[in-house]
Amino acid sequence: MAEAAQMKILDKVAITIEGMNKWYGTFHVLRDINLTVYRGERIVICGPSGSGKSTLIRCINALEEHQKGRITVDGTLLSSDLKNIDKIRSEVGMCFQHFNLFPHLTILENCTLAPIWVRKIPKKEAEETAMHFLEKVKIPDQANKYPGQLSGGQQQRVAIARSLCMRPRIMLFDEPTSALDPEMIKEVLDTMIELAEEGMTMLCVTHEMGFARQVAHRVIFMDVGQIVEQNEPEAFFNTPQNPRTQLFLSQILGH
Amino acid sequence: MPSDIPFAFVRKEQLPQLPPPAREQGAVKWIRENLFSGPVNSLLTVLSVMAIYYLVMAVWPWLFNGIWHTQSLRECQDILQGRTGACFSVLTQRWYQLLYGFSYPGDQYWRPNLAFLLLGAAAAPVMFTELPRKMLLFTAVYPFIAFYLIWGGTIWSPIFALSGFVAGYFVYARFVAQSFAGAVGGAILAAIVVWTLGGYITNVIAPVEPVLQAIPSRDLGGFMLNFMLGVTCVSLALPLGIVLALGRQSTLPFIKLICVVFIEFIRGVPLITLLFVANVMLSYFFPPNSTVDLFLRVVIMITMFAAAYIAEVIRGGLAALPRGQYEAADSLGLDYPQAMRLIILPQALKISIPGIVNVAVGLFKDTTLVSVISMFDLVGMIRGPILAQQEWNGVYWELFLFASVLFFIVCYSISQYSQWLERKLATDRQ
Repeated sequence: MAEAAQMKILDKVAITIEGMNKWYGTFHVLRDINLTVYRGERIVICGPSGSGKSTLIRCINALEEHQKGRITVDGTLLSSDLKNIDKIRSEVGMCFQHFNLFPHLTILENCTLAPIWVRKIPKKEAEETAMHFLEKVKIPDQANKYPGQLSGGQQQRVAIARSLCMRPRIMLFDEPTSALDPEMIKEVLDTMIELAEEGMTMLCVTHEMGFARQVAHRVIFMDVGQIVEQNEPEAFFNTPQNPRTQLFLSQILGH
Repeated sequence: MPSDIPFAFVRKEQLPQLPPPAREQGAVKWIRENLFSGPVNSLLTVLSVMAIYYLVMAVWPWLFNGIWHTQSLRECQDILQGRTGACFSVLTQRWYQLLYGFSYPGDQYWRPNLAFLLLGAAAAPVMFTELPRKMLLFTAVYPFIAFYLIWGGTIWSPIFALSGFVAGYFVYARFVAQSFAGAVGGAILAAIVVWTLGGYITNVIAPVEPVLQAIPSRDLGGFMLNFMLGVTCVSLALPLGIVLALGRQSTLPFIKLICVVFIEFIRGVPLITLLFVANVMLSYFFPPNSTVDLFLRVVIMITMFAAAYIAEVIRGGLAALPRGQYEAADSLGLDYPQAMRLIILPQALKISIPGIVNVAVGLFKDTTLVSVISMFDLVGMIRGPILAQQEWNGVYWELFLFASVLFFIVCYSISQYSQWLERKLATDRQ
């Protein structure tokens, strides 16, 4: 019930997607996507591979181009105008499946690069911010190492810190734990849960159903480029409606 | 009870570390493993040692019976009396010709020497990033200093050339925030204006008797010419190669087309053809009555040649970078020039170091090809003015050994530096 009460507060819109379609060549990857994300809302997107879930969140910060429909992020319409794209990208943080840290820069430099060059923040201030977020993800002592010297879980936490250094208002997670050993998944999920508790607007593509139950306000299930079902986590997991959802859940929760 | 199960086992204490057996350490182990590890390998070891022995025995007397102070090959032969021995006198007699060519004025050798020493100071901050970044200011000014030292003449030419670049830089810095393309265009325009004005002013105010005697390009020669061509062309070809490699990746069809055609055309043509073009035909492409210096024409051709190869090497480096690096740079809001300069190129260039060095070393050695368009570089000097003279006709081994040693020193240094650089930049491996 507390969850529902919280939902009421979330009346400010962060992202709206209206009638969005995307094709790879002639292949229709995203079909008529409509989605409104409220500020502070945490959404988990799941679905079988090839269902378009990664493509969907990658459209939000224009890593992928959509061919039809409107995406508005924080009041800025996503068009081919590079100024708008850069504005949206500096407001939206993203974490990738393979971390994509910059291997030629130290952890600290990874975190300060974008604030210094995009936000034009003085180096010293950027470094302080970076250390603050590295402490938050619990690896300040690794600041002067290179990404190659860290474990996968540590790298992903650095990637989260790197995004947070830009002070984003929205965070996108593209299967952040899929490339990690089981022991390291927990440390990354703990970081994400902490972030969620601070009220960050989050869209996570993930198969971590425990995480979805614990932090998501809403779970979206996608298949063949469409949103098949969305609901609050309890209802989604306990009483899925669509047979495709039921099959998917029985397969991933079955063992 | 665990002891009932035959394979059950619990370790109670840690085993201590022991040294390996005596047979397994030191020189004995190394010799056994590396030289005599089996009958075939032992035979190969013996054969190699014999081959090295005969080679050394054949070359040793020739080197160490060498004659250093005679006036001609005939005198060497008189002294040697039929014994094996080199006639190195040609090197001591023609030392300055080999290094500077035969028409560079002898009392001016300090000028290229000084330019060579200053090159060290100019290259240092580029090669060693630990050095203070302020030193790069000298690197930027160095080409103009070196030009003035080597060619001499009026000092106003290099000063106006430098002013053109400075003016271009300020225009670029002033307008780059508004529009990148506009800033570049404005910078080029500003530079051209300064150069044109400078040209007129130089003609008016140039003193009749310049401080440094003017030396035409025709008078440059010897190893100095090879070295100047090598350094100039490598430093110009690398940035041009980067631009071509990025252009080839461009999504703008015309830029891509220009780069592809340029690269494929230049790679498909022998360098020697390009040099003949530089010598004979390139003046057709310049405005009538303009006399573009032969040295400059050769530099343009060799640079274009090397740039096409470097572009392909760098394209390989760019292709080797995972797509995720571009996406991470994009997702952080970096624009294209920032993403390229800060993320993509540092990594792509690092991967490309061996290939770039390959091209640089090859280019440096290819500078000897200018001897076919009758420029008297080191090889041109040897083949022409030195061997053609009666005193030294027939001293092939000594002269070409000397040329090889000079080129080897430079090329081996480049190779060693690049290996050091690779080790230093290896941050992705632990």
